[in-house]
Amino acid sequence: MPEVTRVVLAEDGVLLREGLVGVLSRFGFAVVAAVGDGDALLEAVAEHRPDLVITDIRMPPDHTDEGLRAAVTLRREQPGLAVVVLSQYVQEEYASALLDTGDGLRVGYLLKDRVVDVEDFVAALRTVLGGGTVVDPEVVRRLLRRPRDPLAALSAREREVLGLLAEGHSNSAIAARLFVTEAAVGKHVGNILAKLDLPPAEDTNRRVLAVLAFLRS
Amino acid sequence: MSTQQAPWNARYLLTSGPWRALLYVLTTWPLAGLAGAAVGSLILPWLAAGLRLNDGRLLDGPLLFLMVTALLMFAVLGPLVAIPLAAVERGRLGLIDQRPVRSAHRSVAPEVLTWLRVRFTEAATWREVLYAIFLGLIVPLVYGAYGLLVLIDIGAILSPIFAVSGTDQWTFGVFTVNTFAQAIPLAIGGILLIPVLFHLLGFIATGQAATARVLLGDRDGTALHEVAQSRARLADAFEAERRRIERDLHDGAQHRLTSLTLQLGMARLDVPEDSPAAAPLAQAHDEAKELMVVLRELIHGIRPQSLADLGLPAALRELAARSPLPVTITVADGVQRPAPHVEGTAYFVASEALANVVKHSAAARADLLIAETAGMLVLEVRDDGQGGADPALGTGLTGLADRVAAVGGRVLLASPAGGPTLIRAELPCRR
Repeated sequence: MPEVTRVVLAEDGVLLREGLVGVLSRFGFAVVAAVGDGDALLEAVAEHRPDLVITDIRMPPDHTDEGLRAAVTLRREQPGLAVVVLSQYVQEEYASALLDTGDGLRVGYLLKDRVVDVEDFVAALRTVLGGGTVVDPEVVRRLLRRPRDPLAALSAREREVLGLLAEGHSNSAIAARLFVTEAAVGKHVGNILAKLDLPPAEDTNRRVLAVLAFLRS
Repeated sequence: MSTQQAPWNARYLLTSGPWRALLYVLTTWPLAGLAGAAVGSLILPWLAAGLRLNDGRLLDGPLLFLMVTALLMFAVLGPLVAIPLAAVERGRLGLIDQRPVRSAHRSVAPEVLTWLRVRFTEAATWREVLYAIFLGLIVPLVYGAYGLLVLIDIGAILSPIFAVSGTDQWTFGVFTVNTFAQAIPLAIGGILLIPVLFHLLGFIATGQAATARVLLGDRDGTALHEVAQSRARLADAFEAERRRIERDLHDGAQHRLTSLTLQLGMARLDVPEDSPAAAPLAQAHDEAKELMVVLRELIHGIRPQSLADLGLPAALRELAARSPLPVTITVADGVQRPAPHVEGTAYFVASEALANVVKHSAAARADLLIAETAGMLVLEVRDDGQGGADPALGTGLTGLADRVAAVGGRVLLASPAGGPTLIRAELPCRR
């Protein structure tokens, strides 16, 4: 990660865009471009080569999923580009479309509600920049409630742990939340990976793969 | 017409019926006279030709010319006369028949050529021409016969006076009246005949009105078709309005609220935890966050985003994910994306039906099926609950049916006591 993170921001609401620029500046990000629609986003990224793209999903001219389409296009062209999309409402299909780009790493799908908890939002951005995947807890909650085969094998506790994993928490953070030891969390994670048929390997991103397995199935 | 005022009712004479019939018949006279003159003058050459042929003579040039001219004038002018005549007749029908009668003419642009083309090719126009012929040929004959009866009756009633003055002698078949005494029974018979004549007048007027209703009214339901169309337009207008409200809320209020909440979140970072402002600020921030959720749910209730963006199957999957019951969704092959108002209605049906399942059925699961057959979008919601759903018990099911009827569809329900319940909505999808 470079010393100063260069950000391109796309959001059609002027007030919110200014607010986000304020938040990002305050936490040491450099907003090199702030635009209002999908096409302008693609142009700005081509011009500024940012480290991070943050985009609203619903933007002009059609007010449907312009931002998401732009994000998917960007990820296809530069699979390693960190992209966080903001959505006004939970839409699993959008989350899946985004996670299916590249290897599913360095992406984030967040509800706009999360933005207003400034510190959590910035933490999520840093997780994505650091190579992680952040999916909004609301999406994760829905997915975990949905009955499907791989999940049926998991215990309630394991689902809980997987949910927190998907939100980008570390083992120690999960242990703190669930009031258990870190070793216990490690054991749960091991069980989850085993039940999801993700054998131990050199790859350190098995945790993320576990989350993706759910989102994609 | 109320049954009391029908001429076959015993109390007919005590109602306004006879007077209405009299008024109707009297006002028919000038119209029948005009129609008779027009029709008569046009069939005159044909009558003359019939007489000639009957006499064994051949038709000559001038007569053939007149016959053809009459036929052409009839074809060209007939509708132009019959259409306004029919309009007058439909209005006049109200004198003895209160049921509204609607013109069967299609509505047409006020452009002369279009108007002529539509009118001359409409069945309604030629039924009106037929009515004009009826008015010109049959009505005068019937009225003439009736008028003769009335004259005879007046003569019979006045016969004693004629007998006294000795001016006349009456002969009815073998019955001859010469003296005052002989005229008395005749006059009494004439007076007794008055109610019969009034009833007869009622029958004549009713018969004419019935003929007018059949020939001038909207038999094919053209007007009903237009009503259905305007209902669909209304449903479309509602749908557009819902989307406008949803978009205004989303692009206006929701954005500003998010921005405000973000500002409050920023302010919290700047205010030390031990400052007196910290607690109220935190509370304001939390309330703004809750308001964001409320507003998002509200907008979702107006029209789910996923429905507009991704279509019915995706929106239904989202709906199923929100349901506390396990819901399986099956989308049959070949289902195309319907018009927005149909899509919105289908979503509403699914949403209401699932809400009912959760609230009333005590079911453990539900199945939702979408298919398309013969231009109909079919949506079925099945549960394994206790059944016994009854539209009479609440407004939920009838509201559902109303909403579906507004787009021209229908709702079918099978819910025996003990279950299971199946709701099926059929929605015509326009292509």
